[in-house]
Amino acid sequence: MTATPITARSMGTSLDRQDGREKVTGHATYAVEHPVDDVLQVWMVQAPVARGTVRRVDAGAALAHPGVVRVLDHESAPRMPADDDRDLEYSVLQDDRIRFRGQVVALVLAESSEAAREGARLVRVDYAEEPHAVTMDDAEAYAPESGVNGGHETDYADGDLDAAIHDSAVVVEQTYTTPHEFNSPMEPHGATALWDGAMLTMWDSTQAVHAMRSTFAPLLGLGEEQVRVLAPYVGGGFGSKGGPKAPDVAAALAALAVEGRPVRLATTRQQMFSLAGYRTQTVSHVRLGADADGRLRGVGHEAISQTSGFKEFAEQTASAARMLYAAEARSSTHRVVPLDVSVPSWMRAPGEMPGMFAHEVAMDELAVAAGIDPVELRVRNEPDVDPETGKPFNDRRLVECLRKGGERFGWTGRTGPTRATDGDWWVGTGVAASTYPTLWMPGNTCRIEVLDGGRYAVSIGAVDIGQGARTVLTQISADALGVDPSAVDLAVADSDLPVATVAGGSAGTGSWGTAIVQTAQQLRADHGADPEVGVHTTSTTEEYPDMEAHALHSFGAVYAEVRVHRWTGELRVPRLHGTFSVGRVINPVTGRSQLLGGLVMGLSGALFEEGWRDPRYGHVVTQDLASYHVAAHADVKDVQAFWLDEEDPLATPYGGRGIGEIGIVGTAAAIANAAYDATGIRVRDLPLTADRFLG
Amino acid sequence: MRELTYLEPDDTTEAVAAVSGDPEAAYLGGGTNLVDHLKLGLATPSTLVDVTGLPMDTVEVHTSGAEPVMRIGANVRNSDLAAHPVLRAHLPVVSRALLAGASGQIRNQATTGGNLLQRTRCVYFQDTTTPCNKREPGSGCSALQGYGRYNAVLGASDACVATHPSDLAVALAAVDAVVLVQGVDGERRVPFADLHRLPGDEPERDTTLAHGELVTGVELTASPASRTSTYAKVRDRASYAFALVSVAGALDLDEDTVRDVRIAWGGIAHKPWRATVAEDALRGKRLTEDAVREAVEAELADASTTDQSAYKLPMVRNTTAHTLLTLAGQAGDPR
Ligand SMILES: Cc1cc2nc3c(=O)[nH]c(=O)nc-3n(C[C@H](O)[C@H](O)[C@H](O)COP(=O)(O)OP(=O)(O)OC[C@H]3O[C@@H](n4cnc5c(N)ncnc54)[C@H](O)[C@@H]3O)c2cc1C
Ligand code: SF4
Repeated sequence: MTATPITARSMGTSLDRQDGREKVTGHATYAVEHPVDDVLQVWMVQAPVARGTVRRVDAGAALAHPGVVRVLDHESAPRMPADDDRDLEYSVLQDDRIRFRGQVVALVLAESSEAAREGARLVRVDYAEEPHAVTMDDAEAYAPESGVNGGHETDYADGDLDAAIHDSAVVVEQTYTTPHEFNSPMEPHGATALWDGAMLTMWDSTQAVHAMRSTFAPLLGLGEEQVRVLAPYVGGGFGSKGGPKAPDVAAALAALAVEGRPVRLATTRQQMFSLAGYRTQTVSHVRLGADADGRLRGVGHEAISQTSGFKEFAEQTASAARMLYAAEARSSTHRVVPLDVSVPSWMRAPGEMPGMFAHEVAMDELAVAAGIDPVELRVRNEPDVDPETGKPFNDRRLVECLRKGGERFGWTGRTGPTRATDGDWWVGTGVAASTYPTLWMPGNTCRIEVLDGGRYAVSIGAVDIGQGARTVLTQISADALGVDPSAVDLAVADSDLPVATVAGGSAGTGSWGTAIVQTAQQLRADHGADPEVGVHTTSTTEEYPDMEAHALHSFGAVYAEVRVHRWTGELRVPRLHGTFSVGRVINPVTGRSQLLGGLVMGLSGALFEEGWRDPRYGHVVTQDLASYHVAAHADVKDVQAFWLDEEDPLATPYGGRGIGEIGIVGTAAAIANAAYDATGIRVRDLPLTADRFLG
Repeated sequence: MRELTYLEPDDTTEAVAAVSGDPEAAYLGGGTNLVDHLKLGLATPSTLVDVTGLPMDTVEVHTSGAEPVMRIGANVRNSDLAAHPVLRAHLPVVSRALLAGASGQIRNQATTGGNLLQRTRCVYFQDTTTPCNKREPGSGCSALQGYGRYNAVLGASDACVATHPSDLAVALAAVDAVVLVQGVDGERRVPFADLHRLPGDEPERDTTLAHGELVTGVELTASPASRTSTYAKVRDRASYAFALVSVAGALDLDEDTVRDVRIAWGGIAHKPWRATVAEDALRGKRLTEDAVREAVEAELADASTTDQSAYKLPMVRNTTAHTLLTLAGQAGDPR
């Protein structure tokens, strides 16, 4: 059966975070804290060259060091089954090639982490170095053959863009860039792993226990039943833990090498910058053409990003340009430059974040050029149906977000930079739209068993990465079963539980929640309202949202107030408001936290975050949190998230859509637009550092 | 694991003997810098001599002379010193510089001595996989052609373009502190300007101290200028970031004429940069924005920048002007 909409009872209330107590009292055991006896610590040795081969690994000195037990290199590490198509990111220690600087070239296993670290320092590796290509100018861009991330087509064109721009009364044509950005979750990647000769068990910091299992089993030559992945507590991921990364593979290999002894691998913060994925830098050429009244005729967005040469990741930077505003001609393309660099990957709202920065700053430029208030400009370009697919939207409420958000923020409208001053500061305000597609993943399985005393055991291999899955899935379960949340025993985060998809793409809750509702309804259909203790039902989702009939997206409007110091150029954001249309918010506390987190991360990207890759060496040299700045508390002032009171039964049976990513999307543009309003200086390259505003 | 000997000497003489007699020994203060360096493999001492148990943890205030004199023990923690009422009243620039540095937790742990002797945050210095003359003399300077946003613009050499990271040190440079040092041959007083070095061709040496010389304290004498003083730190984040550029300013005006002025810059050079040329140019002049800018220009005559560090010149000009005009109570619209 397919799930049908349910009525909210617990949903919409602020049920306490189910694992809050463990977390704030320090009892939550994260991946490398899982208690095991007789554990070996693993340290990764990384290549100090960006391209070449390993000639020889001399582990003599390391092995002679007290406490060091084993050193694994590309010759001595456990072999993966031969596979010409093996994902080279996961192909740790399987050959002598160096594909990027920082690649794992050896693992040191020792009785203590200090001994392992010192052992790693003592491993001598000879390299045959080759010239490398690590900057966007070093190689030719190409068009990804099989589309870009998120399932979008590489190129898209509708109408004649050149003609539309030519016929436009107002044209904006500019280039916008965003730098390399790095996921910096509180908990770096890590794992505790044990191979007992028959079964590999991993306590892993991951967003997807089943994806880990299904990747690891064939990679390591094991059956799926021989791999178990648990992720009871995860200290954030933002996409970086959406799939395995080299440290996870390294932990598994180390475990296989020392049958019977558990191993532990904790990634350092510095290692996160080469081994945990990152948001690639992007270059966006945006062309907007409009009539004198601001009605868009043409929207063009050509995006270039970089990828590692050995594994393609194509950021979908130009995808939002296809559906955001009505224009008769729209064209958007993606190109990637393959380099000898570590693999870029997901970072909160891949594509939308950098792409909407470009697009929404360009819209602000258009508003100025046309002499129209930027809110009004967006309202005038509101489409009736999805411009990309021609389908009706599920429930597009961008205008309502702009209007309601503007009212709360006190937006009064303007047509050019105000350059208002307050003492030493210029003060300005800015706005930008946000959007994020509603993704939904089939194939989620849930099992519900009837327990004593009117209780229900609900199991699904979802993961709570801090977003609040334990809490909101309890609420969805309660409402789907028509019981109090306290009657639900929810089990998650274990690959022995029914199969679940990734906590990512803002699709976790929706995809898992649908499976829970469907299973609850199946249980009631099979066993009635008062089932016997011990009966259970398991079901797997195939469909819910009708993507053929509707274009499903969420929308939002971000308003920012910015102050720029007139003498020093320093930029601060005293006010940042986001108003979002995301369907039903299941839990106002955890939901607000998701949206605020997105806004803060957007602020951080707008003002600070920039990974600087040294072209001579090939690695990012701003590789700690003192040189790669993320927002500190003092930067986060009046940040507020609001949402429209709504429910969207077209998206999920509980009426909600994903909220993990949309908060970040329009934020950088809103801040850049506010900085322009304050200073008259248009910055098109993130981050907006003080030096850009020095007179 | 790398084994090391950990000593807790009973008095300063024992401490000095322990480090002076062993080229591989190092003092350990609060450890907020040195312990990071141990982990990163930048420092590999065989013996750590913990100085935090030594009796150099008090602030003495002497008021017998014309101006209050503060003798600050090397172990006084940054947060305690910042809160000291005499410091706040007579030398606010020092208190503000301290509070502009690091985070509350780090300031609780960091000592006065350790703060002055913390090492550069140059990203290559901290990355043992890249050449760095300061870490490994003769290996080359990666920052010269590399990441340069924090590079020095005055007094650098081809061997090293790093900047000194301490905020406290900039303030102490401005108020003519004296550093109290004990060596095997006894005690000496080091004028603050002589403590830190420019890199020259020996960038591995941050200071003029000999190996084993122990900083026991810092002496500060208040002055009319130091009572009208402040610290301005320009940084990317609102807190918890090293300075792009910082200005310690102290001003004594006779009507609107400069009787005394002290200017020291952070983020500009391998040492806290005392802008004596600018000070001399301003003394006896009417304090105006133009006068400050002209004086700063003279100080910057030998500045050398790259694309990445060029911003520092307008930033230090503006910030110096703003700081002095604010002290004079006349900061208005920038020019
Ligand atoms: C994330 C972070 C951010 C920071 N931000 C800032 C900032 O914005 N501004 C700023 O100014 N600082 C900043 N700091 C640096 C901080 O101020 C220093 O780490 C601290 O002041 C060092 O003091 P300590 O006592 O911990 O020194 P330690 O780490 O113990 O020692 C530092 C050095 O001094 C030597 N030493 C210590 N005591 C003595 C002594 N009495 N005599 C002789 N030698 C001695 C040690 O051998 C060592 O070489 C930051 C640090 C961190 C980690
Ligand atoms: S600037 Fe100095 S510290 Fe930095 S790499 Fe060059 S020599 Fe080393």
